[in-house]
Amino acid sequence: MQYMLLIYSDENCWTEEEMQSCFQKSMRISEELAAQGKLVSAAPLDSITTATSLRVRDGKRQITDGPFAETTEQLGGYYIVDVENLDEALEIAARLPPAEKGTVEVRPLFPLPEKVEG
Amino acid sequence: MKPVNTAINQQLSQLYKEQSGKVLATLVRLLGDFELAEEAMHEAFSVALDSWGNKGIPANPTPWLISTARFKAIDTFRRNKRFSELEADVQRLINELEEYNHEVSTQEIEDDQLRMIFTCCHPAIDPKIQIPLTLREVCGLSTEEIASAYLVSPSTMAQRIVRGKNKIQKAKIPFVIPEITELPERLEGVLLVIYLVFNEGYAASNGDSLLRVDLSNEAIRLARLVLSLLPDSEVMGLLALMLLHESRRYARTDADGNIILLEDQDRSLWLQTYIDEGMALVQQAFTNGQVGSYTLQAAIAAEYAKSTGITDWNQVIRLYSLLLQVEPSPVVELNRAVAIAMRDGEEAGLKIIDSILASGALQDYHKLHSTRGELLVRSGQISSAIAAFEQALVLVKQAPEKRFLVQKLAQLKSQ
Repeated sequence: MQYMLLIYSDENCWTEEEMQSCFQKSMRISEELAAQGKLVSAAPLDSITTATSLRVRDGKRQITDGPFAETTEQLGGYYIVDVENLDEALEIAARLPPAEKGTVEVRPLFPLPEKVEG
Repeated sequence: MKPVNTAINQQLSQLYKEQSGKVLATLVRLLGDFELAEEAMHEAFSVALDSWGNKGIPANPTPWLISTARFKAIDTFRRNKRFSELEADVQRLINELEEYNHEVSTQEIEDDQLRMIFTCCHPAIDPKIQIPLTLREVCGLSTEEIASAYLVSPSTMAQRIVRGKNKIQKAKIPFVIPEITELPERLEGVLLVIYLVFNEGYAASNGDSLLRVDLSNEAIRLARLVLSLLPDSEVMGLLALMLLHESRRYARTDADGNIILLEDQDRSLWLQTYIDEGMALVQQAFTNGQVGSYTLQAAIAAEYAKSTGITDWNQVIRLYSLLLQVEPSPVVELNRAVAIAMRDGEEAGLKIIDSILASGALQDYHKLHSTRGELLVRSGQISSAIAAFEQALVLVKQAPEKRFLVQKLAQLKSQ
């Protein structure tokens, strides 16, 4: 069962030092999960100030700077893990450093039907 | 048409109430699916109605029901075309089910029930849904019964329950008893669900339709079940607390649903068997060691329920102080202030209440103002008391409490 762990926090509440320590801890957890065959993929995201939003309306592209919604916590990274059940995914989420500052949303990936021949 | 055997029908519906939770829990483990398990269980009960009509109910019906449902599920799997693309998986499950031909042991059934309770009360499920889900899947109440108990339409309640089952299925909440390290935290969640069910029943037990399911009794039944499966001291404490509250059910209001204060209650209306059992459980919880908030609240309730009618205020204050350590809260502080007023006089109690108010807490809590009013009356400060009760009246929501305050104010103003 695959879950995506979406990491939300206020990116302004991290000091440079905390950020570095978070990266190191996260990388160690990623390596550990990879060794156990539980990691599908993971990455931190660059600052929200680098984000671009796009919508297509009436066939026309609307491109704007940043996300639309003003929220206090921004998506800052993600993990996709392949584990037995929700409890195991929650256990991994609880070990992620940003869980102590922000929120980790745990969502099962929607299983697509397997491709039918023909 | 077959003649309807009413006696067996009645026995079966009683059996359903007692056994469906057990049967369902084991089926959910075996089938890994709530819908399939429920369907198979209902089929098993309908087979039982046919086959027991002549022979009577067997001595140990649970394993029979589980086994019958298991075969019904295999039939369903075989019939069901929508599984065709999953043939291998389904075949594996069918094989497993066919091989599972030993009689389900009592231990397995009990473990499955615990799994069911912890799954329905999993913190990943909305607390508003944990409650009806538990009543439905563990207690075997119908969706209609739960809906009427919570005064919502059956379709709204059905939606909530479906949402809960979907969450379990889709997010793959495991059907397990939590690991020992997580157990205290998870048990806390289960106990909270039980206590919320009880409080709903306790608050709503007046003047409502007799058809409404008695939630207080369901909560007590559920706590007994959890205690039998998991003899933890806080489970004892919670069961004791509920029994001690419930013992005063018939004494705490008059025929019109008006509140009667503890000191004015007719003690002959208290249910002594509940009090005895509650007190014994408090004792047992204390001997067990680690005492938590439910046990302390029960110990306080036990102190008030003593047959002598004389409350040991030192003991009550000691228990409230312990409770404040376990669970710091201004409401507990308020209750402790009342006990202190009883021991040291109104002024001492009022001083604490004023300091709670000064801290900014409980300003909108009607009970703080009515308690303050009561202490002011006792110390002869009638006009301040009237102001306090008027403040309480503005904040109160429940009708019986409102009537109580109106009466109180009329009495004071006529003096």
